[in-house]
Amino acid sequence: MTGLRFGIVLAAVFGASLALAQGGSDKRRSGYRDMGAALQQMQDDDTANPGMLFVQQGAKLWEQRVGTADKSCADCHAAANVSMKGVAARYPAIPSGADKPIDLEGRINLCRVDNQKAPPLPPESQDMLALLAFVSRQSRGLPIAPPDDPRLAAYREQGAEIYARRQGQLNLSCAICHDDNAGKKLAGVTIPQAHPTGYPIYRLEWQGPGSLRRRLRNCLVGIRAEPYPAGAPEYVALELYLMDRAKGMILESPGVRP
Amino acid sequence: MDRRRFLAGTAVVALLPFDRAAATPDAMAEAIRKVLGGAAVREERVKLDMPPLIENGNTVPLTVSVESPMTVGDYVKAIHVFNEKNPQPNVFTAKLSARNGKAIVGTRIKLGDSQKIVAIAETSDGKFWSASADVIVTLAACLEEST
Amino acid sequence: MANILVNAPKMAKRGDVIEIKALIMHPMETGFRPGPNGQIIPRNIIEHFTATWNDAEIFALEMSPAISANPFVSFFAVATESGTIRLRWTGDQGFAVEEQVAIAVE
Repeated sequence: MTGLRFGIVLAAVFGASLALAQGGSDKRRSGYRDMGAALQQMQDDDTANPGMLFVQQGAKLWEQRVGTADKSCADCHAAANVSMKGVAARYPAIPSGADKPIDLEGRINLCRVDNQKAPPLPPESQDMLALLAFVSRQSRGLPIAPPDDPRLAAYREQGAEIYARRQGQLNLSCAICHDDNAGKKLAGVTIPQAHPTGYPIYRLEWQGPGSLRRRLRNCLVGIRAEPYPAGAPEYVALELYLMDRAKGMILESPGVRP
Repeated sequence: MDRRRFLAGTAVVALLPFDRAAATPDAMAEAIRKVLGGAAVREERVKLDMPPLIENGNTVPLTVSVESPMTVGDYVKAIHVFNEKNPQPNVFTAKLSARNGKAIVGTRIKLGDSQKIVAIAETSDGKFWSASADVIVTLAACLEEST
Repeated sequence: MANILVNAPKMAKRGDVIEIKALIMHPMETGFRPGPNGQIIPRNIIEHFTATWNDAEIFALEMSPAISANPFVSFFAVATESGTIRLRWTGDQGFAVEEQVAIAVE
């Protein structure tokens, strides 16, 4: 804990990458560390990080009253820098009264439907990504901390099973690239270890922001596998497994990735 | 040329919208000639900062700095940036004056391929200065379909 | 309306050279890319960026389709007097937006 706090202080003092604040013998690497200096600087500087455009938009949406309940996020949750701190580090989770895990997008839409009485935001829509970026930004610098909920174990196991399963025409699993061959090159790009440290990320390839789900779909298309349909429980299972695998790593949201 | 490489090559050609003009080293030279209007250009005083190895050509950070006192009597009037392989040779033109204090301009550009980038500065005495950079654009892996 | 992030110091000493950075949300569609239906997506870019300090132009940038989506620009300016720095982006499809920041110069 001291090491972690020291790391955060260092990062704050030098404006250095939070991704580097992770300590010692831990071999896990955020994708941030596989990027060149120019992209690291783009992420580190809030006045240059294009993801911050979406954080700013999310801050406006946070205050906006919507739905037949005519409520804003702020009406219930007040200041996000207090109420949302650590939330993105924790999700996916099982919300109270429910029996299945949902991810942060799911949580935002649950709030919209149940509390604001508004229609859910479409996946990957600009408003959803903006709210996601704004909420996730409140956890920047915090360690990924999956909830200690025994009901999640079965879902994590399902995620681990999907992660290790060969699929698609290329007959690859997530693990073959991101465990066995991480750090090596694929088409000139370093294969990352696939830790979800920066979501939603501003991905240069997309010329915009996107969620972890979109990235997972990209990977599936990349190995010529059929992506799971939108809203499929497989995504949440994979997210649960990935967050558990990255437990203790520092959140950087909004991350910049190539 | 083996068969696979040949097929890959034809695939790339088929994707190019070839009814459009594409910049070439010649087109870039022509665009530069237009700016110079016959004046000489010296490879001095200009610094072009770009990462030599580009992880994604969609967003490439670029900074041009020109040595200049930036006084009313001696300043940089304009900075032009050109590329040789995008569909058009012009990237941007910045207009400056002594009000800028420093002749430094930063932005982010798109590069479709590995190529040479040229920056040309025009000073208030009508002289031209330049710098160039050869950059390598790597291809992204695991792209999604554009649906 | 438009999402814009401007970074400039709120205060400066007269004669200081300050850096101004701006990001704006915009697709910068090149007009060279085919869409999912095979048709070229119409060009939609920002063509001009200008900065004024108390209405005097201090910087201008002519942009091309080669400028990245969500354009970023950084430049410098001599702090001359207190007032307003106004940034303006104009381009295709009638795009015209402005953002201003106040600066105190002593």
